[in-house]
Amino acid sequence: MTLPARDSYDLVVVGAGPAGMGAVAECAGQGISLLWVDEQPSPGGQIHRGLAAPLSALAGAYQRGLALLSAARAAQAEYLPGATVWQIEPGASLGVSVGGASRLVAARRVILATGALERPMPIPGWTLPGVMTVGGAQTLLKAQGLVPSGRVVLVGTGPLLWLFAAQMLAVGARPALILDTTPAGNARRALRHLPGFLASPYLARGLGLLRRVRRAVPVRRGEHPAIRPRPAGGLLIAWESGEAEADLILLHQGVVPHVHPAQAAGCALAWSEAQACFVPVTDAWGESSIPGIAIAGDGAGIAGAEAAEYGGRIAALQALAALGRIDAATRDARAAPLLAARARWLAGRAFLDALFLPKPAQRQAAPEAIACRCEEVSGAALRQAVRQGATGPNQLKAFLRCGMGPCQGRQCALTVVETIAAERGLSPAAIGPLRARNPIKPVTLAEIAAMPVSEADIAAVLGRR
Amino acid sequence: MFRRLPEAESRPVIPFTFEGRPAEGRAGDSVAAAVLALGELACRETAISRTPRGPYCLMGVCFDCLMEIDGVPNRQACMVPLAPGMRVARQRGPRQPWP
Amino acid sequence: MHGSCALLAIARAAVPWKHPGMTARTCFDAAVIGGGVVGLAIARGLARAGLATAILDEGDVARRASRANFALVWVQSKGLGMPAYGAWTARSAALWPRLAEALQQESGLALALRQNGGYTLCLSEEELEARRAAMMRLHNQPGWQPIPWEVQDHAAIARVMPMLGRDVVGGIYCPLDGDVNSLRLFRALHVAATRHGATYLPERQVERIEPLPAGGFRLHSRQGVLEAARIVLAAGLGNARLAPMVGLQAPVRPQRGQVMVTERTAPFLPHPMVTIRQTDEGSVMIGDSKEEAPPDDRTSPGILAVMAQRAQRMFPLLGRLQVIRSWSGLRVMSPDGFPIYDESAEAPGAFLATCHSGVTLAAAHAELLAPMIAAGRLAPELAPFSARRFDVPAAA
Repeated sequence: MTLPARDSYDLVVVGAGPAGMGAVAECAGQGISLLWVDEQPSPGGQIHRGLAAPLSALAGAYQRGLALLSAARAAQAEYLPGATVWQIEPGASLGVSVGGASRLVAARRVILATGALERPMPIPGWTLPGVMTVGGAQTLLKAQGLVPSGRVVLVGTGPLLWLFAAQMLAVGARPALILDTTPAGNARRALRHLPGFLASPYLARGLGLLRRVRRAVPVRRGEHPAIRPRPAGGLLIAWESGEAEADLILLHQGVVPHVHPAQAAGCALAWSEAQACFVPVTDAWGESSIPGIAIAGDGAGIAGAEAAEYGGRIAALQALAALGRIDAATRDARAAPLLAARARWLAGRAFLDALFLPKPAQRQAAPEAIACRCEEVSGAALRQAVRQGATGPNQLKAFLRCGMGPCQGRQCALTVVETIAAERGLSPAAIGPLRARNPIKPVTLAEIAAMPVSEADIAAVLGRR
Repeated sequence: MFRRLPEAESRPVIPFTFEGRPAEGRAGDSVAAAVLALGELACRETAISRTPRGPYCLMGVCFDCLMEIDGVPNRQACMVPLAPGMRVARQRGPRQPWP
Repeated sequence: MHGSCALLAIARAAVPWKHPGMTARTCFDAAVIGGGVVGLAIARGLARAGLATAILDEGDVARRASRANFALVWVQSKGLGMPAYGAWTARSAALWPRLAEALQQESGLALALRQNGGYTLCLSEEELEARRAAMMRLHNQPGWQPIPWEVQDHAAIARVMPMLGRDVVGGIYCPLDGDVNSLRLFRALHVAATRHGATYLPERQVERIEPLPAGGFRLHSRQGVLEAARIVLAAGLGNARLAPMVGLQAPVRPQRGQVMVTERTAPFLPHPMVTIRQTDEGSVMIGDSKEEAPPDDRTSPGILAVMAQRAQRMFPLLGRLQVIRSWSGLRVMSPDGFPIYDESAEAPGAFLATCHSGVTLAAAHAELLAPMIAAGRLAPELAPFSARRFDVPAAA
C-alpha cells in the first residue's frame, strides 16, 4: 500500500464502483494526471465486490463490470486501493490515508463516486449479533464465497432483497423466509409511474427474479417486525401476524446516497421526497454547489449501477472540458449518447422508488428501538429530546450525542431527521440534515499532525502565548 | 451461520488466531469475514453498555465490527484484509489509550 | 414583581396551548433572547424566581458556542486587565458545585463536574517562563483577589499523569480549575428552565425590539410579536445587532476556536488541561486555536495539524487515537475580552449579558446574575462590566 505519489493532480476520482470506473475510463488517453482512490482493497464497488476473482455462479453479472474495469485500467490512473479520503476542503484539497499514513493532495477537479448506503432499518433488535444487512451478506457472498446457512430470514423491501434471495438460490442455498415489509399502499401509488417502467431494462430482469424467488421461498407480509434473542440461542422475529425463529436475520429497506463526503466538503443538499433522503444538489454534469467538485453515481441520488457508469463518464467529460483537454463541442458530442443511455436506465426509477419506499413509520426509530447504534440512543430518547426543545438533528446531537460516534451519523442521521420531523409535524425537508464534519472517516491524531502547516496556522495556535 | 462455497474453500488458507485460538481463513477474507466464517457472530462489546454486537454492514460504514487486530484496538474488521499470523480478538468496551 | 405587561392577565387566562413548542401566549414578565448556555442559565433563574419567562432562540443550525465549547470551568488565567473579572470567575467556580447539584435535581442529568485542579502544560522553558510571568502580572494587579496556583516541573506533573510526554518541561497548576460535561449542562439548563415554567420558543430570531412608551418591550420576529416587561439580551454575537435597539452596546466579534475529539478510551487523564481534556464519556478533546475574522465555522487542516502536533508532544500516546470529529466554535469576544453585563438607562428593564466563558460563568449567571435581573437591577459589583468602559477614548 502506497501513498499518493504527487502533491497535486488534475483530477481525483474517489470510489471504484461503476461511477468511479466510468469516470476513470472516460479519461483514457487524455494526458491528465489522475489519482483514483478507493477504500476497498479491490475495484468494483459494492455491486461488483470480488470483481478480481468472481465466483462462477455470479460470473454472468460481472461481465459488464469486468469490461468497464479493463476500460478504466486503460486510463493508467494512479490507482490506490485501501485508501481512505478523510478530508475534503472546498478548495479541492483531499486528505488521503493509506495504511496508517496520510498525504494531503491538491486537485483541480474532484469527482466523488462514493455510492450508496443501505437505508437504516431501526427496528427493535436490529443491533443484535446475528442481524446484519442484506448488503453485508451479499458482500460476504461476492467477495469471500460465504453463504448464509441455517435458518436465514430476509426482512424488508427493495430490489436488493429479492436479488440476494435469488443469488442464494443460485448457489444452492435457500432463505427460510422472506418477510416483505413493503407498505400496503405502495403498489397502488407506484401504478402511475408504470408506463415509464415498462420501457426499463430492469422490467424483464426483475420479473424473472421475483418469479424464481417466490417459487422457492415462503413469503410473509408484515410492516413492523421486531427481533429479540431466544433464551436458548438464536433469534426470534415477530411481526403483526406471526413469528419465526432464525439463526441469521438480514435486513434491507433500500439504499440512499452516501452523502457524507460531499456534505463535509460543503456541497449543498436537498431533500428528495421520492427517495426519502438527502441528495447533493447537482446539475446535469454532476457538478455540485462547490466549484470543482462533482458527484457521480448513486452518491448523487439512487439510480442504479448502469446509470452510475454513465454518470461517471458524463462528469469526467465535464472535468476534461474544465481542465481544457477537450472543447465544449467535443464534450457535448461525446456526452450525447451517454446522456441518452442514462435516461433509458432512469426511465423506470420513479416506479421502483414508489414501489419500494418504506413508509414514514418504518423510517423512524420505534420508541423501544435503538436509533443511534454508536451512542446507543433509543427512539424514545429522541422523542423526549425533541419535546425538550431539540428542533433538529444538530441540536439533538448536542442533547443526546446522536451522531457523535465513530460512524459520524451515517447510520442514524436519516432516522433522527425523520423522527424529529414526525414528532414536530413537519417535513424532513424543513428539519434539514445533520452537519458532516471533517475528518470524514476517523483518522489517527498522528496523521492529522503530519499535515502541512503554515506560519499563520502556527500563529493561530501559539499566538496567545 | 455461514458456509463457504467449495470454489472459495479451495482458495489458499490463511492461518490466524481468534481470541488466542488457532483459526483459518481464506485468501480474500476481511478479518470480519474470517471471524463470521468461524461461526462467531459477535465481535465486540460496546463501549457504553457493554452489550455484544456483530458485523453489520460489511462495507466500512457502521463501525459495529470493531476488533482488536494485532494488538491495535478499535479497528474496522470488515476493512482489514486478513493476513497470515494475525492476532484477532474481540473489542471489549472502550479501548485502552495505549495500543 | 410580576411585570407591568398590560395584556398579561388577559393572555394568561384566554389563550390555550396549541402545540408542543409553540405557545399562543404573547405576553411575558421576562423574555430572554438567546437559547445558549448564557441565556438558559439566566432564564432558569428568572423562571425560578416566579417570572413568566420566554426564551427566544434560533433554529437547529444556529452558530452556537454552547454546542462547540471546550467545557472547562477555568480560573487560573482569567482577569489580566480586569481584576473584577478574575474575582467573578473564581466566585462562579466556587458556586459551580451548587449549580451542578441543583441542575441534577431539576433535570435528572449528571453533569460530571470535576474540580480537582487543572494544568497549563508548556513545551519549552520559554513558554513556561511566559506563563509564569503572565500569572505574576495577574497577581500583581491592584485589587487582585489571590487565587492559589503554582509552577510544577515535569516530574511533579508526571507523578499525577504518567503518560506525560518528555517534551513537557512543566506547567501552571491551579487547584480551582476543572471541567464539566457541557453538552449535558446545555440540556440540563433547557430541562430545568422549562420545568420552572419558562416557555422555550425555538426558531424565533428577533428582528426588532421596540421599547414601549409605557414600559416593557415588543419583540418582533417573523413568527409574530411578543411583549415582555423585561428583556435580557443573551444572543451571543447577535447582541451586537440587538443592543442598540434598547440603548445599549455590545461591540462583540467572532473569534474562531477549533476543536478535535478522539474515540472513547478507558480513563487516563485525571486532570483537565487548558488544551486537552478527557471527557467523562472517555473521548479526548483537543482545542487550542484563536483566529480573528473567521470566514465561517469550518475547520482548517493546518491549524488542526499544529494542535495535533502539540497534543502529541504533551501525551505521545494520543497520536495513536482515532480522531472522530473536528469542529470550530465562534467565541463571543468583546474588545478587551471580558464579559459585558449591562442594563439600559434609556429603556429600563432591558439587560444584556455577553461573554466567551459561558460554561465557567454559568454558576455566576444562574446563582448571582439571574436573581439581580429578577430583582430589577444589576448589583454595583457588576458596574466594571458595563460596555460604557469602551467609551473611554484610547490613550494612544
